[in-house]
Amino acid sequence: MTKLKLATVWLGGCSGCHMSFLDLDEWLFELAQQVDLVYSPFMDAKQYPQGVDVALVEGAVANTDHLEMIRKVRDRTHYLIAFGDCAITGNVTALRNVSATVEAVLQRSYIDVADLFPQLPAAEGIVPPLLDRVQPVHAIIPVDLYLPGCPPSASRIRFALEALLRGDRPQLEGHDLLKFG
Amino acid sequence: MAVKTLKIDDQLLSARGEETILEAAAASGIHIPTLCYLQGVASWGACRLCLIEVEGSSKLLPACVTPVAEGMVVQTQTERLNNYRRMIVELLFAEGNHICAVCVSNNHCELQDLAIEMGIDHVRFAYQFPDRSVDISHSQFGVDHNRCVLCTRCIRVCDEIEGAHTWDMAGRGRTSHVITDLNQPWGEATSCTSCGKCVNACPTGSIFRRGSTVAEMEHHRAQLEFISTARTKREWVQQ
Ligand code: SF4
Ligand code: SF4
Ligand code: SF4
Ligand code: FES
Repeated sequence: MTKLKLATVWLGGCSGCHMSFLDLDEWLFELAQQVDLVYSPFMDAKQYPQGVDVALVEGAVANTDHLEMIRKVRDRTHYLIAFGDCAITGNVTALRNVSATVEAVLQRSYIDVADLFPQLPAAEGIVPPLLDRVQPVHAIIPVDLYLPGCPPSASRIRFALEALLRGDRPQLEGHDLLKFG
Repeated sequence: MAVKTLKIDDQLLSARGEETILEAAAASGIHIPTLCYLQGVASWGACRLCLIEVEGSSKLLPACVTPVAEGMVVQTQTERLNNYRRMIVELLFAEGNHICAVCVSNNHCELQDLAIEMGIDHVRFAYQFPDRSVDISHSQFGVDHNRCVLCTRCIRVCDEIEGAHTWDMAGRGRTSHVITDLNQPWGEATSCTSCGKCVNACPTGSIFRRGSTVAEMEHHRAQLEFISTARTKREWVQQ
């Protein structure tokens, strides 16, 4: 039997969802026997491959790189999971949408409150420009499953992955499996 | 008043004539979701979460303000109702700025609990990201309008139980918001006795005790219930 091809993607989030994934501890060994990890911040793969079965996408869509990436991920992935509150609601990443323009956010973060060397980050082709508005993933592309939490607990992640490995759609219900925050 | 017999979710029950459908249902252990309803103060019918279907009426009726009637046949959990309820809660999330992960009321919030009850895993409507303010001018309490769901519970407890009427509602539509006194900072609202009843009545993290950080703010509903029922129950000391 061919193994399920799993990817994890990191957009505009704090990496906490990925940290929570690592909290799966020894179950990661079991998971490793059942899936092929084909793309992830945990490994060295430069390109998002074709034919991915399941992708966990952490983070909101906040800059031009995220936008390009999420479209590519959707094109090449059978089952896409919005992984954590930033991906699902925009969460903390989207706080800047309230009243502030991109210019005002950059000015505040890199000039006004800078202790040393106030300077706007700029390097064309390396530092991606911010989008006017941070968006949840489902505002850009269709999503197959929402796994909320900030971060989703390891047990919640395991519940979802175990169902998918059995070929079932995860039924997330109740305080332990569904709560935002 | 005369006793009325009615059917709620195929359960035959009797209720006192002045009771609402919500009260009659609760007395028989039938749960109807609510948000603006608060036991002990007047019902307002603002949130529409308690909508129910009554046979022979094409309109959906709010259970918290609809009195029982003889022979009524009520449904509380149809697919249509659950769809509307889910939509209402999603709209509340989209209308304000709810970042549960950094909220004082995380894990102790009626809006969050409703989202779980409705099975909300994402919000289908576009988030509005309104530009709303926070007022921490009061020495003990704060109000964060980003998390306010406009239920008016604070207004009603302050008016009807404390008798201060510090809170009121201002604005229309998407600019609606609660105000203290004549739209002054809360700290300058001289009618406020700092009793804390509004803090305990607020269903969300909107009104909070200052100094509470993420997930620390719990509303003491039991204290409020004690105050509002003490006289009828003749309990003069809180247990
Ligand atoms: S008030 Fe409730 S729903 Fe809103 S951010 Fe706080 S915990 Fe979440
Ligand atoms: S603390 Fe008491 S008096 Fe002051 S606004 Fe709240 S309910 Fe009213
Ligand atoms: S401040 Fe709290 S109690 Fe008052 S209307 Fe807003 S959500 Fe309701
Ligand atoms: S609880 Fe009945 S309308 Fe809000």
